Amino acid sequence: MRNRHSSRAGTIVIYTILTLFSVACLLPVLLTLIVSFSAEESIMKNGYSLFPEKWSLDGYRTIFVNSAIIFKGYLVSITVTVVGTLLALIITALAAYPLSNPNVRYRNFLALYFFITMLFQGGIVPWYLMNVQLGLKDNLLALIVPMLMFNAFNMFLVKNFMESLPGALRESAYIDGANDLRIAFQIYMPLSMPVLATVSLFYALSYWNDWFNAIMLVDNKNLYPLQYILFQLRSNIQMLEMLPTGANSGYTMPAESAKMATVIMTIGPIVFLYPYLQRYFVKGLVVGSVKG
Amino acid sequence: MQTVPQTQRDAHTPPRPLRPAKRIGFFRELIRNRYSYLLVLPAAVYVFLFSYAAYPYLLIAFQRFDYTKGLLNSEWIGFDNFKFFFNSSEAVVVTLNTIKLNLLFLLFVTFFAVAIALLFNEIRSRLFIKFAQTTMIFPSFLSWIIVSYMMYSFFTMDYGIINQMITAFGGEPVNWYSKPEAWPSILVGMKVWKEAGMSSIIYLAAIAGIDQSLYESADIDGATRWQKMFRITLPLIAPAIVILTLLNLGKIFYGDFGMIYAIIGDNGVLYPTTDVIDTYVFRSLRQIGDPSNAAAVGLFQSTVGLVLVFTANWITRRYFKEGALY
Repeated sequence: MRNRHSSRAGTIVIYTILTLFSVACLLPVLLTLIVSFSAEESIMKNGYSLFPEKWSLDGYRTIFVNSAIIFKGYLVSITVTVVGTLLALIITALAAYPLSNPNVRYRNFLALYFFITMLFQGGIVPWYLMNVQLGLKDNLLALIVPMLMFNAFNMFLVKNFMESLPGALRESAYIDGANDLRIAFQIYMPLSMPVLATVSLFYALSYWNDWFNAIMLVDNKNLYPLQYILFQLRSNIQMLEMLPTGANSGYTMPAESAKMATVIMTIGPIVFLYPYLQRYFVKGLVVGSVKG
Repeated sequence: MQTVPQTQRDAHTPPRPLRPAKRIGFFRELIRNRYSYLLVLPAAVYVFLFSYAAYPYLLIAFQRFDYTKGLLNSEWIGFDNFKFFFNSSEAVVVTLNTIKLNLLFLLFVTFFAVAIALLFNEIRSRLFIKFAQTTMIFPSFLSWIIVSYMMYSFFTMDYGIINQMITAFGGEPVNWYSKPEAWPSILVGMKVWKEAGMSSIIYLAAIAGIDQSLYESADIDGATRWQKMFRITLPLIAPAIVILTLLNLGKIFYGDFGMIYAIIGDNGVLYPTTDVIDTYVFRSLRQIGDPSNAAAVGLFQSTVGLVLVFTANWITRRYFKEGALY
């Protein structure tokens, strides 16, 4: 009897701790959302608050109506994410098939060739100089190409998955006269869809969240992705430079709410994709952590 | 810690009927598997360009590199760049900060991740698990830039939630962004907030692999919930904890540039406690414009980093064969 009682108390404690951590994870996101819909005068008067005195859409109005640069940033981010993910996925999937094929004699050498780059990273200086050398500076490609296969980890993830498929598939296709191109595209890639979905989400997320390439390789304001615009917007002075509004008309620019509105717009696609992210990302993470 | 057993896979793979019995030459192999080598070509060229062909640029660490002269014609100055770095007061600061912050991150994230996983394992309500995990994983998908904004709404001087709370209790508002001593804790808190939920998933996977009959026999023996947690679950996921910790210890010399620079940026007041090797290299390269000094520090980091990765993996392989990276 005593045992059962203490066990119920334990259950309550466990639920409480987990709930608190959950709320702590959600609260900053919620606050950002609420501030983005708050009227600027409420923020000025009471500070950031979960319960603003006055609600307003001015933050969103500012970034959509008055700011060409944020709109452009959105376009840049979307283009880079879509093109980058597709290219990265193609390169990764193409390389993974031969490495998983036991008939390819030099596959272990090739695997080592890729693996060494994961172990020894030269750091950002050689990386930067190489990009400049290749002309990946101040153009859209500079936001895409340097990240295509910067980490061979994903390729090994796909390779391991393909290795776990029965080799008889390949052997019987050989007997039927198919070549490796056909086997890769028509048998192994369709069967590897789950892991390819995982990997493409890895890629899409890292492209969407990337600002490192922008800070290193892009100086042209028209090519700033959203994340980097946010990085630049952190001080209000920069905000004023970037969002020219009718300051002389006595209209106070809703800087705080506009900033948070931009943040929310940047999180938007992640929330939209969240069910897929949760399903595939977590799966890939578990597989990858067990055997890289 | 399950992997596909090697033997099982091979059992399904009959020897390729077309395969010649004797070894064939290099070119014959290339021709025979031409499509396979063709498929791997884009990735191989890419990796060659961005890793192997870039390695020689590390040599500028021994030069006074001049962009206009390039790698071949810049002046060679031996170890001067290294001397400059190691004689500066910053060398000790950034090296120690990198190690200290990474150790703290590792310790706290692992502790919270394991604790969350253990607690989740006690919960039977599927709905609650789903809900709680959904919220806990979410921060890990956000970029550090986004996180820095969310932090800002808590820590900013005038409007921040923390200062509102401090003044509500009659205290003086604190200008957090000029208090370097507060930042290691804040950064650790942010790291736990962002990553503990996601890492707990890995430990939950390890817990899921535990043989249920152990719990059943413990129940028959009248074990309490806490006894089962600390005497069965924790010891059985300990190898997973140790392996992941070791592998992360191997990366201890690499600072989290994305995190530190997104949050601290160019706020020099906070450098004493938050500046890491990676942010130092970045400043040398992009702001001070001294690529040779940046390369020297980068080479120092890569070399020590490589030794640490090898050591960590060697230990892992020695004691936990399954968990080693290679």
